[in-house]
Amino acid sequence: MCDTCGCNVTPGNENLVQAGGKLASTSSGRDSVEVLHGLLHENDHQAQHNREHFERHGVLAINLMSSPGSGKTRLLEATIDDLGRDKRIAVVEGDLETERDAMRIREKGVPAIQITTGSACHLDAHMVHDALHRLDLDAVDILFIENVGNLVCPASFDLGQQLNVVLLSVTEGDDKPAKYPVMFRAADAVVISKVDLLPYLGDFEPDRARRHLRELANAASLFELSAQTGEGLGAWCSWLLAQIPQRDQAAVGERSFTVTSA
Amino acid sequence: MHELAVCRSLLRQVERVAMQHGADEVASIHLSIGPLSGIEVPLLEQAFSIARAGTVAEGAELVTSLKGVRVRCGRCDKESAVTVNRLVCLHCGDWRTQLVSGDEMELTRVEINIPETVN
Ligand SMILES: Nc1nc2c(ncn2[C@@H]2O[C@H](COP(=O)(O)OP(=O)(O)OP(=O)(O)O)[C@@H](O)[C@H]2O)c(=O)[nH]1
Ligand SMILES: [Mg+2]
Ligand SMILES: [Zn+2]
Ligand SMILES: [Zn+2]
Ligand SMILES: [Zn+2]
Ligand SMILES: [Zn+2]
Repeated sequence: MCDTCGCNVTPGNENLVQAGGKLASTSSGRDSVEVLHGLLHENDHQAQHNREHFERHGVLAINLMSSPGSGKTRLLEATIDDLGRDKRIAVVEGDLETERDAMRIREKGVPAIQITTGSACHLDAHMVHDALHRLDLDAVDILFIENVGNLVCPASFDLGQQLNVVLLSVTEGDDKPAKYPVMFRAADAVVISKVDLLPYLGDFEPDRARRHLRELANAASLFELSAQTGEGLGAWCSWLLAQIPQRDQAAVGERSFTVTSA
Repeated sequence: MHELAVCRSLLRQVERVAMQHGADEVASIHLSIGPLSGIEVPLLEQAFSIARAGTVAEGAELVTSLKGVRVRCGRCDKESAVTVNRLVCLHCGDWRTQLVSGDEMELTRVEINIPETVN
């Protein structure tokens, strides 16, 4: 499915993909090349390619990020229980050391691709792309990409997702958005998880987490839920359903895609 | 943490630029970095000193220009210089702002040495 797009970067075509930059001389007589490229240009290019896959197949792709243990896999299990009968869900698991999370998802009867590349601290667009080619995207409505538990690096690597969802469990403190602004600024939705534990904590104020998020100029939706008790899960699932792209729109995207690549 | 990955990506781009222009050596690499990019400049410099070995940029100097964080207010349209975790308008207090600068993570310029005559 990649060959049709023609944008895979090879030594033969890379000069078509990116201009080499403009050559000029500096006052000191040295040659100087002006470029303006993101430092993660290769990743960004691959991410764009992944995004084309998702759009062509009408897949809603969600990059799920949080600290280790905030409840990403548990939330996926609960979401599959709620939506799995009506919507076709698939999961790419970035738990790099073990197959455990992928096995938990497969037990729910949902395809889960484990990314195994050793102990990287984040997923990148190339790893996700390899996983995509092991899935039948035509048979998927929502693809969750569970990123490595880490609030720092994953925010810098675009995977081609349409939406970033960041979990913040109530045991982590409500000031996490202020401490990790790069991650929380990128969030399209923030899930405050494990709210069943709120009565035992006392010092986590969901409103304070919301305020910190707004101070990052982020209007993201906030959900307060417990995957354990099911509290708040309904609002989260309704929101997810509303984000799924319309199939006929996806078909239009496919036509224009064929034209541009010809 | 991910500065080494960023650095390798940077060096591949620099090598490509050098190759396209027939350079045998890279003198300096110029970056523009904002604090909201997630890149820590000291960590990037450290990673660079390791990753450049054996590349065309082995002797290159890394020059980073740090951008400040600025937002433009959606309500009063004024600009403010702000900090990374308070992107709020300093004039009217509204939080609905747009980032003007501060998330840059760009390679802006490469200074290279092109051998005089090849034949
Ligand atoms: N009380 C309570 N515990 C929860 C909830 N959600 C998850 N947990 C527990 O939190 C622990 C971690 O949950 P996971 O779903 O594995 O977290 P994760 O974010 O996938 O973890 P990593 O993949 O290792 O980063 C498990 O022991 C879960 O049972 C919740 O809503 N309430
Ligand atoms: Mg997990
Ligand atoms: Zn592909
Ligand atoms: Zn491509
Ligand atoms: Zn990382
Ligand atoms: Zn204002």
